[in-house]
Amino acid sequence: MNWHHIVTIYLKELRDSLRDRRTLISTIVIPTLVMPGLFFGAGAVMTKVVKQARDEATSVVIVGGADSPGLVRAIKDDKRFRVVEPAGDFKTLISEKKVRVAVELPAGFEAALRAGEVKTVTIFHYEGEMKSGMGAGEVEKFLRAFRDKTVEARLADRGLPLALIKPFETTRQNVAPPEKVGGNIVGGFIPYLIIMLCFTGAMYPAIDLTAGEKERGTMETLLCSPVNRLNIVLGKFLMVLTGSLATIALSLASMTLTILVGGNLMSAGKGMGAMSGGAAGAKSGSGFIPFIDPVGVLGVFAMIAPVAVLFAAVLLAVSLFAKSYKEAQSYVAPLIFVIILPAMIGMLPGVELSAKTALVPILNLSLVCKEMLSGVWNWGYIAIIFGSTSVYAAAALAVTVRMFNREDVIFRA
Amino acid sequence: MIEAHSLTKTFRDKKRGEIYAARDVSFTVAPGQIYGLLGANGAGKTTSLRMLATLLKPTTGSAVVAGHDVVAAPEKVRANVGFLAASTALYGRLTAREMIAYFGALNDLSPAEVRARIKRLADELDMHEFLDRRCDKFSTGMKQKTSIARTLIHDPAVMIFDEPTLGLDVMTARAIVKFVRDCRARGKTVIYSTHVMSEVEKLCDVIGIIHGGRLVAEGTLAQLQERFAERDMEEIFVKAVGGEAALAAAAKI
Repeated sequence: MNWHHIVTIYLKELRDSLRDRRTLISTIVIPTLVMPGLFFGAGAVMTKVVKQARDEATSVVIVGGADSPGLVRAIKDDKRFRVVEPAGDFKTLISEKKVRVAVELPAGFEAALRAGEVKTVTIFHYEGEMKSGMGAGEVEKFLRAFRDKTVEARLADRGLPLALIKPFETTRQNVAPPEKVGGNIVGGFIPYLIIMLCFTGAMYPAIDLTAGEKERGTMETLLCSPVNRLNIVLGKFLMVLTGSLATIALSLASMTLTILVGGNLMSAGKGMGAMSGGAAGAKSGSGFIPFIDPVGVLGVFAMIAPVAVLFAAVLLAVSLFAKSYKEAQSYVAPLIFVIILPAMIGMLPGVELSAKTALVPILNLSLVCKEMLSGVWNWGYIAIIFGSTSVYAAAALAVTVRMFNREDVIFRA
Repeated sequence: MIEAHSLTKTFRDKKRGEIYAARDVSFTVAPGQIYGLLGANGAGKTTSLRMLATLLKPTTGSAVVAGHDVVAAPEKVRANVGFLAASTALYGRLTAREMIAYFGALNDLSPAEVRARIKRLADELDMHEFLDRRCDKFSTGMKQKTSIARTLIHDPAVMIFDEPTLGLDVMTARAIVKFVRDCRARGKTVIYSTHVMSEVEKLCDVIGIIHGGRLVAEGTLAQLQERFAERDMEEIFVKAVGGEAALAAAAKI
């Protein structure tokens, strides 16, 4: 190993990559802009749509009810509802999204109520349609209140206390510390995101430094220099690793900033859970910024290091085999799915660390990160995971060096 | 000095089995001499030169280049060799100066040495005007000059040229030929491969004709003319490889 050569190659590759638009976009621009983009762009639009749907009065068609003027009057007087006179079949109107819901009052409803007879009020809605679903909820809420009032009136008529139908109350109390809550909610999502970024950040530099060089004819120029191929591989490998780690650092910084800034701006907006994943969803849903153990974040960085090495080495080896940039892209693209799968399994509730899962690369990282972010430090597993991933990474790097020494790979025509 | 002893390189091909890209190639090139390796496409020129430049390992046989064995000490060989081929391109996103300096650093020159040598090379090759511009914006002439400066940055004793004029316009090709002559004048050991007959006639002290991976004839132009009883280089070449039928057969493989 000749560090002078390795550093020379690394610095040249760094300079070269910083002048490459494709690498710049994938390692710097996208990770920095993706979170704010999702949060402020998609998130804001979604919040607006949801808020609008909620604030807008629910359009209702009342079917029947000619002999129940009291209830009809109450619905009409409620500001949450806008009663529409049906022009045609009400079911068609709901299907065509002209009204959100319809309420069918059975004949003689109020009379039956007075007589103590049970009748069924039917709410028609369109399953899966957000506005219709929300409308049905509103109508249900209204009818429940109406029923409660009826019950109260009946009890009062008979001189009975309210406690008769409500013998006790229930309440929920949270015992989880705030970092545990944050870790569990965010913990599943952050490792997944980091694993993806770690991979995509290494992708373009890896392709550019190998298949790209072959395609442009500079690989042979480089091989003419008196540098040992091991040093060439290590110089290039360090550059790919830099790309990967830079992507993670930039996106984490951007994400933190987005959550801090965006959280303040949007603390009024609710229902953004679906927006950009657990991190922001947890924040707006519960009205506080999820507290994550900062030591946990450092731990995540320490654990991601061997995975970044693994990705950099695998990507270098795979794209070195390709003759051209395009060919390398077609080899690397399917690899993303190989990465996504274990990372996603780690996000599922109920999948926990065990002696077996600790040996599965990527999945083990995903699981241990979830634990560390919620303040659980299982040192035995951490050691196994770090150790096993380091072994995988070293093996991948060795394969890459071998590939560089194979004439049929370097001069593949 | 270049001494090649029975250099042989085989490749494995799925359809054709084992193929000899070079077979028992032996020759010697002395300092201050240009050795011309003449052959049709696929004759084994590039494979032979890549073995001398240690880009490929010989399957059998050996070679000593600038006093170092190509198998035992490939790095020392490369430190004493300047390799210029149509396939050795420039880093488009680097400037000419950065490109040359990079190879200076890889050849273990100090930054001061690199600066001094770049200045001298830029003077000689008239490169000052475009030295700090990016290579991807260069004309072919500028690219060739930068490539030449890249091969000369460490002042190698041995120069290997693999079809350096391939695809170049007349002016640039002439400049390359002049540069090859300069190398000889400076006492460097030069080996030059081409399939252009006129270049061999004009340039080379010794000519080796390669066909089907084998060196089929070798000698000065005068010796070859006498041996094959022909004046014209093209006729000599066709006779040396065993006639037109043999050439056509080789082209089909």
